[in-house]
Amino acid sequence: MTEVLERLGYQVDFPAAQTCCGQPAFNSGYTGDARRVARHFLDVFNTADYVVVPSGSCTSMITHHYEDIFQGDAKMLESAHRMAPRVWEFSRFLLEVAKAEDVGARFDGIVTYHDSCHALRELRIKQGPRRLLAKVQGLTLNEMEAAEECCGFGGTFSIKFPEVSGGMARTKIDSIVKTKAGTVVSIDSSCLMQLQGVIDRSGLPIRTMHLAEILASK
Amino acid sequence: MATIKETVADPRLQLAIYSATQRLIDHRAGAVGFKVFPEYQDLRTLAHDIKKHTIEHLDYYLEQLEANVVAHGGQVIFCEDAEQVTDFVLNLAKQRNARLIVKSKSMTTEEIHFNERLEHHQLEAVETDLGEYILQLAHQRPYHIVAPALHLTRYDVADIFTKSLGVKKEVVIEEQTKIARSVLRDKFLQADIGVTGANFLVADSGAVVVVENEGNARLSSSAPKIHIAVAGIEKLIPRAQDLAVFLNLLGRSATGQPLTVYTSFLSGPRREGEVDGPDEFYLILLDNGRTKLLADPDKRQSLYCIRCGACLNHCPVYRKIGGHNYPWVYSGPIGAIITPQFHGVSKDPWLPFASSLCGACAEVCPVKIEIPKLLLKLRAEVVEAKQREGAGGLERLAFRMFSWMMTHPRVYLMLACIGSALAPITPKIGPLRKWTSQRSLPPLASTSFHKWWAERSSK
Amino acid sequence: MVGREVQQVTPREAILGKIRTELGRAAGQHPAPLAAPALRIPLSDRNLYKDLFVQSFEKLGGKAIIARNTSYVLPALSTLLEGKRVVASNAPFLRSCGITDLPQVQSGFTDRELLREACAAADIGITSADYALAATGTFVMLASPREARLISLLPPTHIAVIPRSRMLASLDELLSILPKPAEQTSSMVLITGPSRTADIEQILVRGVHGPGEIHAVIVEES
Repeated sequence: MTEVLERLGYQVDFPAAQTCCGQPAFNSGYTGDARRVARHFLDVFNTADYVVVPSGSCTSMITHHYEDIFQGDAKMLESAHRMAPRVWEFSRFLLEVAKAEDVGARFDGIVTYHDSCHALRELRIKQGPRRLLAKVQGLTLNEMEAAEECCGFGGTFSIKFPEVSGGMARTKIDSIVKTKAGTVVSIDSSCLMQLQGVIDRSGLPIRTMHLAEILASK
Repeated sequence: MATIKETVADPRLQLAIYSATQRLIDHRAGAVGFKVFPEYQDLRTLAHDIKKHTIEHLDYYLEQLEANVVAHGGQVIFCEDAEQVTDFVLNLAKQRNARLIVKSKSMTTEEIHFNERLEHHQLEAVETDLGEYILQLAHQRPYHIVAPALHLTRYDVADIFTKSLGVKKEVVIEEQTKIARSVLRDKFLQADIGVTGANFLVADSGAVVVVENEGNARLSSSAPKIHIAVAGIEKLIPRAQDLAVFLNLLGRSATGQPLTVYTSFLSGPRREGEVDGPDEFYLILLDNGRTKLLADPDKRQSLYCIRCGACLNHCPVYRKIGGHNYPWVYSGPIGAIITPQFHGVSKDPWLPFASSLCGACAEVCPVKIEIPKLLLKLRAEVVEAKQREGAGGLERLAFRMFSWMMTHPRVYLMLACIGSALAPITPKIGPLRKWTSQRSLPPLASTSFHKWWAERSSK
Repeated sequence: MVGREVQQVTPREAILGKIRTELGRAAGQHPAPLAAPALRIPLSDRNLYKDLFVQSFEKLGGKAIIARNTSYVLPALSTLLEGKRVVASNAPFLRSCGITDLPQVQSGFTDRELLREACAAADIGITSADYALAATGTFVMLASPREARLISLLPPTHIAVIPRSRMLASLDELLSILPKPAEQTSSMVLITGPSRTADIEQILVRGVHGPGEIHAVIVEES
């Protein structure tokens, strides 16, 4: 991601104090713990012009759910409101801020794109990543039937209900296999980790890559 | 009954659930697309707003409904729970010397175990919806709000009919349907009382609206001399004209039908000169815990549901675990948000967590209930309840450690390094064992991004 | 204990009381205004309704017959009715089409039990309809002394004979001209296609409890 952003002329900073947006705690019902982590996030990124996030899920947590967790705390709510418009999911940043559709990448092979749930349904990101992929030289995008179906990760869900989560991933992978793609691309690493885990367990010759990795390829 | 693990591992059951829900998904998709139904999204917003308004003024509209039912010669019976419903029906049956009740599909009566309660008093209540009838013979509860016998194949049905009805084995679906038709036709003509549910209660008309495809609800409400409709108090809409919004959404969302085969708009007993129709009409308005859902303006949304079943069909979790693994008659995402609110979050604390929060449910909900948001709220309530009960300490500790670590970057970095070092032995412990029961672990990077960035910047 | 009255709270009071407490409302408090109902009636040519109806109706598996005027109705139905036991409703329009004069047709029922027996034994039930909805291929039946409920329900085949003038665009138009159906009838039923089920393996089967076969006779001039 850094490479692509720098290629486009942006100065990238990586605050060393950064950790997490707090979503794991929030999604598990630990709002207090999530609030603590969120406050830390807001402190660390306080001065950035743009916060570019390589995850739809984390972006959505910050731009949509900080609102919920700081309900009743006017000061933090204001701080969250000030942060939200500066937080950009990576692919959307490229298209809407950097106005770059072609980032000069080359990737030889067939890929298929997995719509991660929070990017798709909370951030309404659907065509953007596909437009970016279409401009990558040598790349063929084969759509899978179940592109919008959940990979089954869901944070602690994957550990609390391993059989269900694994089953969901296998359904998704059946659909991926049909596309003959060698690579599954997404904008959320957690989905990719889940899918890669089940792919490896099944011994399939498919690898998962983040959109940023594809766009950084030459 | 099959557990979650068994259901996921049963290829026959998985195929039955998957293919049935996929058909329903495809039918809906063909009926709500912009080209065929451009007003769909606007109607969803309208439906949400009308339901919100109605629920926020529920007492007013209930009284209006009651006055209008009475004006048309019907009676309204408010019931707080299952017992009051049974008491009323048993009393009426006794007074009218009734023995046989025909019933059309109603989730509300499933909710209060209506049939079983009457059976104890030698009053026979026969389900007449084909799917419900099969399930009644098999002593099972509905697998799905709209398609109750979704998990059964024709071979299962053949066995059930042979065992319960003594007919010879019949595996052709058309013939099975004929068998049910002929058995139930006699019941319709003999029944003393017909019981239906209600998809909508129309306040300005004092009417119940029942939608269906088979004709059994029409028969139940028009063949016997007494018609009893049992409905939850949340089924209200203010005006008959609002049906233009709701009927246009319900059939399309449920089965992809612009209108179901029969839509009955019923207001009271038959009137002067009408040759047939019931002589008596009773509307039972059931609370059974619904009033508990009103306090919180967010969670109140759960009462907007019009029971189309679209959230079940589109839920990847429902499609894996099926309907019977949910603790109550309401399954799928809607079940996961209403069950804890009716029964208390401590009864089945796992339920709000049985979701990957993918949001497919909210996207197809015709009344725009924010299901994932409510799941998150309920999760927080489960955690609070556990804390009050002094349970769930280990998990709480883990998240306390998580938030501490995530607000102390140095500790976070240090632990990340230790984590890398311990990686080879971790698959054997705790949550990771659950992870690796299904998947391989991701290989850990030889260096962290933090470290890489620090080295890069110092160059 | 002396003079202590046991106050019996009825379930009705208990439920309405709980609702008001949870919502913070007072008894008799009027609601906030609600936006006017949204009825969407397309401004299409009324002359197109017949074709649109036929198209929607046949897509559902119904069979439509067009008759130029009432005198064409009997000839159009003759093969269908031959040798069948038929029950017809008391709709005056059926009389003016001559249907009630046919020897195999029973009509003029005023007694419920007799009507039930006849319908249960009949092969075909003939009714008119108060309206027909073009967009969905729907018959709208208002129960009345002229139209009993069971005629369109018990026999395996249902035929509805409708003047073309009763065609409406859609459900929305129906609700715009009948804003409160309960003022007209105790039962309004919308019939959209033959009775069907998909309860076993989601496979479509027609004719479960209601008629598996339905016909529409549309009379152009009446």
